[in-house]
Amino acid sequence: MDVATTELSTGCDLDKGRAGIMRPLLIIACGALAREVGWVIKANGIDGVDLTCLPAELHNYPDRITPEMADKIDANTDKYERIVALYADCGTGGTLDAMLATKNVERIGGPHCYAFYSGEDAFEMMHEDELGTLYLTDYLVRFFDRLIIKGLGIDRHPELRDAYFGNYKRLMYLAQTEDNSLVEKAKDAAATLGLEYAYRFTGYGGLGDFIVEQAKKGHEDADGNNRLLA
Amino acid sequence: MADEEDIVLSELNDEELVQQMHDDLYDGLADEVVEGTEILLSRGWTPYDTLTKALVEGMRIVGIDFRDGILFVPEVLMAANSMKSGMGILRPLLVETGAPKMGKIVIGTVKGDIHDIGKNLVGMMMEGAGFEVVDLGINIDVDKYLAALEEHEPDILGMSALLTTTMPYMKVVIDTMKEKGIRNDYIVLVGGAPLNEAFAENVGADAYCRDAAVAVETAKEWMSRRQSSALAAT
Repeated sequence: MDVATTELSTGCDLDKGRAGIMRPLLIIACGALAREVGWVIKANGIDGVDLTCLPAELHNYPDRITPEMADKIDANTDKYERIVALYADCGTGGTLDAMLATKNVERIGGPHCYAFYSGEDAFEMMHEDELGTLYLTDYLVRFFDRLIIKGLGIDRHPELRDAYFGNYKRLMYLAQTEDNSLVEKAKDAAATLGLEYAYRFTGYGGLGDFIVEQAKKGHEDADGNNRLLA
Repeated sequence: MADEEDIVLSELNDEELVQQMHDDLYDGLADEVVEGTEILLSRGWTPYDTLTKALVEGMRIVGIDFRDGILFVPEVLMAANSMKSGMGILRPLLVETGAPKMGKIVIGTVKGDIHDIGKNLVGMMMEGAGFEVVDLGINIDVDKYLAALEEHEPDILGMSALLTTTMPYMKVVIDTMKEKGIRNDYIVLVGGAPLNEAFAENVGADAYCRDAAVAVETAKEWMSRRQSSALAAT
């Protein structure tokens, strides 16, 4: 396997492509998905796929996603036969899609990772059920303190908690894995923000399907043989 | 910023006090901003001058540093909370003393969206700039927007959205205004993190406002254009 993921906060430059030796497929993902991508690739025995990430912290700075993705694509175009983006729109307001179209880079569908983990229809129902829902994935639960509490300045200014979350009613943990320690952390996060706690197991959802499909497409494009081992 | 330990606000002259209030606002020190506001009023400053020279000017500096990447959202929110505290004192006095009015705006976060930090900042800065602000709140559907336009007869409609999934609703509101033949009766300003100028143009808004300070300047500019057009038509 070509991909190994680690706990990374500022990116995961694991691309093995080198100028002159074109590799089949590069996935450019949000750093918050690195671990999950690694598991999907490992679980499906996918070969020939490289992964590189943008910093997960861009979750809080969506205006930086499109330019940083463009730079990442440009830096790898001559090393890969295909590049795909494992990013939802993530608050870029369509600018990400517009840029990807100019570079002929496909991305996973959906407005945000919560939707492709849980499925867009299911997510829509959850959202309509309670608009005031804060969603956390495994990654966001794991790094809740750093991304939410410190990232939004609540550690320095506790009074800001209600400015950010005063209109929220519940925290929904969309779990990719069955991990009791994360469940406890998610419950603590809900208590910290003064929200009701809710849980839904999603597994890898559309993320897994997308990676498998793209890997398959890459190999079929390359030599007509599907080298997926799953 | 200044060392608050050594400063007694009441001992500062007006110029120094206003400068200190800018610093306190920048540092998000609500109690100090309130104290400074009360001191200026006790010295005979009008509520309007206190608002514009001490509070609004302080927030303008905060806005510039936010745009330049020196300050971040938490600091801006703390500064805004401080300004809000000062305005709590000034608001009833401004009504009594009849401060100049720039115009009226109805503002709200669109249907399906509960995020109001940006909207609240815009509302506060608009109020500080002399606009009468009617804040409809969050999750506002087209019927509520239209009812508010009819009831309050504002010059400006402001719509806010934080989510990519909710921002298209602005087009629903504007298209409905067009269908009813009232679109051109209002200046329509839109804002929110995922928006941009192209989006504003596509949905038929008059302008996209990237932050609260820009919203105020844009509102003033469009009010001025509107008044010029009205004069030219007479």
